[in-house]
Amino acid sequence: MGKTLFEKIWDGHIVTSVEGGMEVVYIDRHFIHEVTSPQAFDGLRARNIGVFRPKQTVATADHNVPTKDQHLPIREALSRHQVETLIHNCADFGLELYGLGHPYQGIVHVIGPELGITQPGMTIVCGDSHTSTHGAFGCIAFGIGTSQVEQVFASQCLLQSRPKRMRINVEGQLGKGVYAKDLILYIIAQLTAAGGTGYFVEYAGSAIRSLSMEGRMTICNMSIEMGARGGLVAPDQTTFDYLQGRQFAPQGAEWENALAYWKTLYSDEDAVFDKEYHFRAEDIEPMVTYGTNPGMGLGISQVIPTETGQSFEKSLEYMGFKPGETLAGKPIQHVFIGSCTNSRIEDLRLVAEFVKGKKKAPHVSAMVVPGSQQVAAQAKAEGIDRILEEAGFDFREPGCSACLGMNEDKIPAGAYCVSTSNRNFEGRQGPGARTILASPLMAAAAAIAGEIVDFRK
Amino acid sequence: MQKFTLLRTTAVPIPMEDIDTDQIIPARFLKATTREGFGDNLFRDWRYQADNTPKPDFVLNNPAYSGKVLVAGRNFGCGSSREHAAWAIADYGFRAVVSSFFADIFKGNALNNGLLPVQVSPDFLHQLFSGIEQDPGIEVEIDLETQTIRIPSKGLEETFPIDPYKRVCLINGFDDIDYLISLKDQIAEFEASMG
Repeated sequence: MGKTLFEKIWDGHIVTSVEGGMEVVYIDRHFIHEVTSPQAFDGLRARNIGVFRPKQTVATADHNVPTKDQHLPIREALSRHQVETLIHNCADFGLELYGLGHPYQGIVHVIGPELGITQPGMTIVCGDSHTSTHGAFGCIAFGIGTSQVEQVFASQCLLQSRPKRMRINVEGQLGKGVYAKDLILYIIAQLTAAGGTGYFVEYAGSAIRSLSMEGRMTICNMSIEMGARGGLVAPDQTTFDYLQGRQFAPQGAEWENALAYWKTLYSDEDAVFDKEYHFRAEDIEPMVTYGTNPGMGLGISQVIPTETGQSFEKSLEYMGFKPGETLAGKPIQHVFIGSCTNSRIEDLRLVAEFVKGKKKAPHVSAMVVPGSQQVAAQAKAEGIDRILEEAGFDFREPGCSACLGMNEDKIPAGAYCVSTSNRNFEGRQGPGARTILASPLMAAAAAIAGEIVDFRK
Repeated sequence: MQKFTLLRTTAVPIPMEDIDTDQIIPARFLKATTREGFGDNLFRDWRYQADNTPKPDFVLNNPAYSGKVLVAGRNFGCGSSREHAAWAIADYGFRAVVSSFFADIFKGNALNNGLLPVQVSPDFLHQLFSGIEQDPGIEVEIDLETQTIRIPSKGLEETFPIDPYKRVCLINGFDDIDYLISLKDQIAEFEASMG
């Protein structure tokens, strides 16, 4: 029997297994950041041990950094302490740190791919659920807790149960104005926020194949929002073209060897999946969410469904919406363009192209936070920062920012924010904040109109 | 890690589905660099008003409900991988969470902290919620040796799944990390074989 792409990679990383079926999985690359690592470093100190394979871990500061005046000391004491703790820990344990002030600093799931650290066939973990992003390169990448960060430090391995296999096929061509973000919000709305739990997802089909690497990252990024541990896309010429020449990608003869291996990474014809779904790209329109989990999404022309149950009712009450309403025409006060889902150069180019020569609505506060220093530099080289500023958008410095409201970039209680991030949970962007997830173009259009609009009209 | 064998206690119900880790512990409380003290901010924004006064209608502020078991709707712990969610629940004093369905990462984090995720059938969960609603003093018994959860006063019981290895770890208070460190030679051999 043939193997799935997932099985080919997973089986090649099994060191041993324990009674009952859990497997010891070797981890090729480990990313860390300031929020979920300090307790893991303290665990190493308590055991008086070092990091087993320090060259396989890379650190950055992203979750808890300001997006203004990054050259100045962090003003908030607890945040400053957390970022400084990362600096000390990386120095003590001999780990590479792309911290504030470094030209490679940025959101961990933006910098790994853009530096070529993320490669097909690898196993990659990070103490962050959106580690699934890296699966776009045809690798097994998933989020872990801090105890597991410590385990990877100590052994470069993790004890894991083998997830079930799911394939999601999307055939056809996405319509005009429909992007990767709409595609994944559509899939999650179909499967619900729990539909992928227990599974690792392979995304396949012509609509997936036609996406750029950045589009594929957006798709894989949100795998966790349907409960899946991760998602991946078989590597192809698009993947190889993206990687070639990047800082940490293989070079010369090593590149040729790597390429030969990468070309074996696909699901065999007779591979078996535990669950399979089929969708048509033509059925998808620009998406928005109306509730407080990412599964509560609908097309911009659709109306909020009528459901019963305490959870559904509480969710709509929080959002201030009613069943039967459409979101088009709803006034909004904030727009956030950024996060590991949508903060890459293609996202910023789309936004700039749309807002060029326009002005944001006077009552809207619009923030654009590039995913990394490299994205920011590229945007500036292309004049994107100026276009955005002229349209009244605030172009910030890199970090996770208002995606999770951990730094000072928060949305006020009761305010609506159209956000290109990944979670519309209650209070995610600040206590009482109301988040509407959408694509960068939908967010940009809402900023200009001052309300949610179908920009295709 | 604290050992888990048998627990008999009252339970605290939150009959909501899809409770995400941002509700369990909001991101703005993740700035600590130690594992302690997160229980104070467990369910922070459901539990307290903006001015830090308790919201009287939230179950943790209702003196009628107490105990070492949290009972919640399906897909508990979805969202962020923050282990702080498991730390907060354990730090508050819970030893187990009962739901009909757990998010994967949360379940792993809970098990790594001696907090037992007990997955029951939707019907059993419904019985448990209605039992607590009728009598907040109703007791539940969780026996990890036999993987059984009981509501003794109703004569109800159900077995629950747990990985056999993780079960042994919890009963004995073992961490994965000790086992992984013991494999170092084998891991080095594996690396050599990969080239």
